[in-house]
Amino acid sequence: MEASKLPGFLLRRGVKAVIVVLAIVVCNFLLVHAAPGDPASVIAGQSGAADAVFLEQLRRQFGLDQPLYVQLWIYLKSVLSLDLGFSHRQQAPVAQLVLERLPATLLLTGAAFAFALAAGVTLGALAAQRVGRWADSVITVIALTFYATPLFWVGLMLVLVFSVWLEWLPSFGMSSVGVEMHGLEVVWDVAQHLLLPALTLGLFYLAVYARLTRATMLEVADQDFVKTARAKGVPEGRILRAHVLRNALLPVITFAGIQAGQLLGGSILVETVFAWPGIGRLAFEALLARDYPVLLGVFFCTSVMVVLFNLLTDLLYAVIDPRVEVAG
Amino acid sequence: MTVSRRGLLAATASAPALMRVQEALAQGIAPRRGGTLTSILTPEPPVLQIGVNNQGPTLVAAGKIFQGLLTFSPTLEPVPVLAKSWTISPDGKEYVFRLQEGVKFHDGQPMTAEDVIFSITRFHFEVSPRARAIFALIDKAEAPDPLTVRITLKQPFQPFLLMFDNSACAIVPKHLFDGQDFRTAPAVQRAIGTGPFRLAEWQRGNFIRLERFADYWKPGQPYLDAIIYRIVPDSQSRRLALETGQVLLTQGSDVEPFDVPALRSRPNLDVSVKGWEYFSPVAWIELNHRVKPLDDVRVRQAISMAVDRNFITQRLWFGVGKPATNPIASTTRFHDASAKIAGYDVRAAAALLDAAGLRPNAQGVRFTLKHLTLPYGEVWSRLAEYLKQSLRQVGIALELESTDAGSWARRVGAWEYETTINFVYQFGDPTLGVERTYVSTNIQKVTFTNTGGYANPKVDELFAAARNAADPKDRQAAFSAVQKILCEEVPQIWLMEMAFPTITDKKVRNAVTTGLGVHASFDDVFLTA
Repeated sequence: MEASKLPGFLLRRGVKAVIVVLAIVVCNFLLVHAAPGDPASVIAGQSGAADAVFLEQLRRQFGLDQPLYVQLWIYLKSVLSLDLGFSHRQQAPVAQLVLERLPATLLLTGAAFAFALAAGVTLGALAAQRVGRWADSVITVIALTFYATPLFWVGLMLVLVFSVWLEWLPSFGMSSVGVEMHGLEVVWDVAQHLLLPALTLGLFYLAVYARLTRATMLEVADQDFVKTARAKGVPEGRILRAHVLRNALLPVITFAGIQAGQLLGGSILVETVFAWPGIGRLAFEALLARDYPVLLGVFFCTSVMVVLFNLLTDLLYAVIDPRVEVAG
Repeated sequence: MTVSRRGLLAATASAPALMRVQEALAQGIAPRRGGTLTSILTPEPPVLQIGVNNQGPTLVAAGKIFQGLLTFSPTLEPVPVLAKSWTISPDGKEYVFRLQEGVKFHDGQPMTAEDVIFSITRFHFEVSPRARAIFALIDKAEAPDPLTVRITLKQPFQPFLLMFDNSACAIVPKHLFDGQDFRTAPAVQRAIGTGPFRLAEWQRGNFIRLERFADYWKPGQPYLDAIIYRIVPDSQSRRLALETGQVLLTQGSDVEPFDVPALRSRPNLDVSVKGWEYFSPVAWIELNHRVKPLDDVRVRQAISMAVDRNFITQRLWFGVGKPATNPIASTTRFHDASAKIAGYDVRAAAALLDAAGLRPNAQGVRFTLKHLTLPYGEVWSRLAEYLKQSLRQVGIALELESTDAGSWARRVGAWEYETTINFVYQFGDPTLGVERTYVSTNIQKVTFTNTGGYANPKVDELFAAARNAADPKDRQAAFSAVQKILCEEVPQIWLMEMAFPTITDKKVRNAVTTGLGVHASFDDVFLTA
């Protein structure tokens, strides 16, 4: 990659990204409002008593008495000034609600992502190296099992084994509540809570990476340049790392880029099973409560993440494979 | 630890509290100071200000923060809370409450008659539909002195006292709300009440921590140092949290009914289905009378006879709740045990449908109805499947539609359904919680009104007579008559008097002592060593 091309590339992609995000915001807004029911009827349903005055009070307070296009215009204006709005249901700014929950999700998905990528690529490489032998079969079967098993089931089974039978790890939450802790104790406490959910979430992606790595490595291993390397006497380990694995990584990076974009939203199930106070559940509960501003706020953050990670992936291609050039 | 002298003296202030202490002492257990009660709350409340939000979980957690003038025993006798005593004039129009002395809000300000009057006539009157309907009867509310409240009604209203429980009329601080929009005032986030616990920390999606309020007006109480409500969204995870001792108390719909038998058999757990007498919801199949042939009384009777209520309570709810016999729960006042709907009888049901001219076609189907499944958890889906099976026996094909809570509330409120399941709280008196579903004056496009559209002038008249009569005897006569008519006409198909399991670790004492169970303030709850 020539360094001189980079600023122009980033500028063009940046402009495109803003347009894409705005289009997503409009689509999200219309989709969310197309769902039957509104926050006022949900609150009336949950309160067990309602009258017409009550519904009207709530709709006025939530700004739902305005025509839809006016609501959209107001929302777009506030998003453009980076204001995500206010949740009338929870009486708090959306940005605050989202930021409160963001660290928990990033910690969970980040840990799961790192674990899945590292372990998945390693296992895939091992399987490819020992293709057809028992180690390959074991790895393939394990990967297939985790790939095919529903996440929530894996989660519940891990809880049964490690929390209920062995009593080693807590079964839910992100930290112990009501206990005084300092410094490393806090880290240790959170780590204990993190292990099961991160493992549950990571195992699925581990399976994906392992299978992907194995398949592409086997494909690359047959190509001429690998044979050439072998013919000129390059040691087998180096062939595997520098020639096969490096070339096999491109599809893995593509997939990792897609997955990284989904890090914010993809963990609803695990967050639910483990009562992890993350953003996925915030979105799900906002959906059930028709808490439009919160839902749109989470969608906005996730779409920005997806756009950012796509950009990052494109840049990373060029680093891994110098033949790839950045182009806008 | 033994009970302090001060604690005992304070306990004598109210008879039920004394009784409980004596009971505990008789069992050889003295209330122990200290400890943290961990529990679960689902779904997470949006705010903890009673009035602004009245969802079940809000009432449970905020019930520790706020208090009403009264609460109610399991037999619905009034029990003093912030009102020390009260008198009602012989004509049933004047209520005088004497308030407890030395009551403080969590911000240190004293609670006076002004706060009580503000809470009744302005705060709840504006934000809460339930309070608005009743408090509109108030002619004037005065404070002759800072510890006395005198309320004069425009007309006698016999169930009036039932409106002074915390869940209906929590006393809020006037100085934090007066002159502001009640729903958006900063105090809504702070949740400042007079209760034994104050809101200490709330990490959304994670937990709510309540701490002992040091200036609580009952000396020596509460016994607990803190209550922590964890937010656990998955029902199986909630069950595991209870089994592993990570939480000591679950309530309401935290645990699915089909998990209850397994938990009953755990030696460390107690399961109680008491403590819902004040609410006593009755679940029914809600029929939209605008849909043919549901306007035909014979068809409704047939549907009612085609469902086996014993099966529902025993096999779907595992004994949590009991079969409904009429629209008024047996724990609600004025229930008449002699008024009963016809029992389970598939043959008689088929005969009624024949008589209504609804002949089965070649597949044995007389007509098809859509059924909107109540989206409140797995057990309701099972109920819908059971209903589909049992109505098919008499030739009614039920098509199940699934939905989420938001769509359900909107569609029922807009009358866009054929049949569904519904239940409402009865609040101790049919005028407060039963009338709304059956009188034609309450047919509105709003959830929990008479959305079914049933109309019978005689029923309207009897409910009005019961509402307006000052003498309980006259009210009973009117309610008995209306129960008989409703059992004949079955405007809705009552299935079950609902209850919810309160599951506690054996360490937890006094979790359920009143007719409001876990909604109580928990100032008398303690943990044994």
